[in-house]
Amino acid sequence: MAPAERREGMHYLESLPRRWVTVYIPLLVFLFVLLFPFYWMVITSFKSNAELLSNGSNPFWVIEPTLDHFRKLFYGTSYPKWMWNTIIVSVTATFVSLAASVFAAYAIERLRFKGSRQVGLAIFLAYLVPPSILFIPLAMMVFQIGIFDTRWALILTYPTFLIPFCTWLLMGYFRSIPFELEECALIDGATRWQILIKIILPLAVPGLISAGIFAFTLSWNEFLYALTFISASENKTVPVGVITELVEGDVYHWGALMAGALVGSLPVAVMYSFFVEYYVAGMTGAVKE
Amino acid sequence: MASVELRQVRKSFGSTPVVHGVDVSIADGEFVVLVGPSGCGKSTLLRMIAGLEEITSGEIRIGDRVVNDVAPKQRDIAMVFQNYALYPHMKVIDNMAFSMKLAGRSQEEIHARVDKAAKILGLTDYLDRYPRQLSGGQRQRVAMGRAIVRDPQVFLFDEPLSNLDAKLRVQMRTEIKELHQRLKTTSVYVTHDQIEAMTMADKIVVMNSGRVEQIGSPLDLYDQPANLFVAGFIGSPAMNFLPGKLVTKWGGRGVQIAPDCVLPAPANSESDGSDVVIGVRPEHFDIGASGVKAQVIVVEPTGADTQVYCRIAGHSVTAVSRERHTFRPGDTIDLNPAEGKSYLFNPASGARIA
Repeated sequence: MAPAERREGMHYLESLPRRWVTVYIPLLVFLFVLLFPFYWMVITSFKSNAELLSNGSNPFWVIEPTLDHFRKLFYGTSYPKWMWNTIIVSVTATFVSLAASVFAAYAIERLRFKGSRQVGLAIFLAYLVPPSILFIPLAMMVFQIGIFDTRWALILTYPTFLIPFCTWLLMGYFRSIPFELEECALIDGATRWQILIKIILPLAVPGLISAGIFAFTLSWNEFLYALTFISASENKTVPVGVITELVEGDVYHWGALMAGALVGSLPVAVMYSFFVEYYVAGMTGAVKE
Repeated sequence: MASVELRQVRKSFGSTPVVHGVDVSIADGEFVVLVGPSGCGKSTLLRMIAGLEEITSGEIRIGDRVVNDVAPKQRDIAMVFQNYALYPHMKVIDNMAFSMKLAGRSQEEIHARVDKAAKILGLTDYLDRYPRQLSGGQRQRVAMGRAIVRDPQVFLFDEPLSNLDAKLRVQMRTEIKELHQRLKTTSVYVTHDQIEAMTMADKIVVMNSGRVEQIGSPLDLYDQPANLFVAGFIGSPAMNFLPGKLVTKWGGRGVQIAPDCVLPAPANSESDGSDVVIGVRPEHFDIGASGVKAQVIVVEPTGADTQVYCRIAGHSVTAVSRERHTFRPGDTIDLNPAEGKSYLFNPASGARIA
């Protein structure tokens, strides 16, 4: 135990048993709760159907790993096609939304036009309308424009929830960039456009990355619009395709379902691991001088 | 280089007026300091010269051009901001070259100018660093370098030293002054620190709540303050003010601040019995000579001089003496204003009488 005068602040963490109780054990419990579903998904996707359904086998381990489910997924369904659709739709929707949000956020935050606050609020309100209500009018529009059952139906509807979200995130980030930098650039002879391109955007890279990751994840996992606006199997995205084609009536193809979920979650996981530092910086919104 | 002329410049934010008709003329090559307490409109005035704030009414001229509706970049000015406003994602060299790159200057010219400015400011070894890798003083120098490379008609400084520690502030003060003597570019400098104003300026503009109180050279303001505000603002420690009534005594004029306490006053034509405020600078009190009785409260020796806080007839008074004294708190001493070094003010209007 530390001497009395040192037992202030964080010093109580210095003795090992205490550190276990206060730091490591809670963290381990937390990790276990978070990662167990992922583990379950992984082992299920490698188990044979016989092992999956037998009462005698160990539910927490794979005795005879097999790639049957992956084979079924890739050769027995349109999974590669779904994957390709999801990538195209997510990437396009993310870039379109980011571009629109940068302009919207910068205008609301820095151009200070009349009613900019109200516009900001209106964009936020648009975000509050639940997709489960919004999909009905959107479906009518999708039909009328004639893009039903195409990727465009999703690329054009995803920004309805991505733009409000990204705009709000970027507004917060732009706000943290000191005004003086723009005024200084103004005196240095830059136009508004040059200020945006040469000063604001380079400084907002962490914010752009976190907005981008968020937008990408949201569109990657989106279910409702993809379910409603797409009907042909080859146009489906991963979340919808897996659920609609691997559950036949009351028959669940657990192995293939889990394999589809596993493969489908890998790109997002990889992206997060690359950008995690930017992501944290973007969320805490700090421009360092 | 150019002169700057402000004529009846006004500024209101919504319906709140913050600058009430300011007239200032700044000669070519002059170093003018705008000084005043925070919120007096000095920064707003500077930003109006820069073109960052619009002018509600009046006229601003740079050289012989009215710039009221001219965009900041076309005014040919450079500004140094309080927090330096260096672009964090650019190296020092790019920070300094930014304006010239935007203007489409040739690579050779940019290099030559940046090198020259870096040499003047001692930044040659730091050109490849990012602002975050520099100390406060170095960042300040980069901010000035960015202004110098443009070779503008006017330099504008907005409290450039207030983020630095005391020692560095004094050093940078000298550097800026030296730089001005070398480049002779017209400069407008905003500060709330009257010492900075006194030490750097060719001409000081004292501002208070959106109005100009007095314009003059540093020593003019010190010797001939126009009113109570300027008298109290310029000089450290601040001038002592004692309210009283005019009397005639010892064949001259005096100010009676208590029944048994009269201070000699400068000659004036006001009638006996009128209310006045007498102002005496701490350094103009003779200690120990015959004079009014004062009770010592606190003695603060600083080495070079000694500050004595005392009380005369219930009023707090500060005296500064270059001599060393042996009295202690509680002692009574004699204070006498040096002859010809006291001022009389009208307590209602604040204007100086004599």
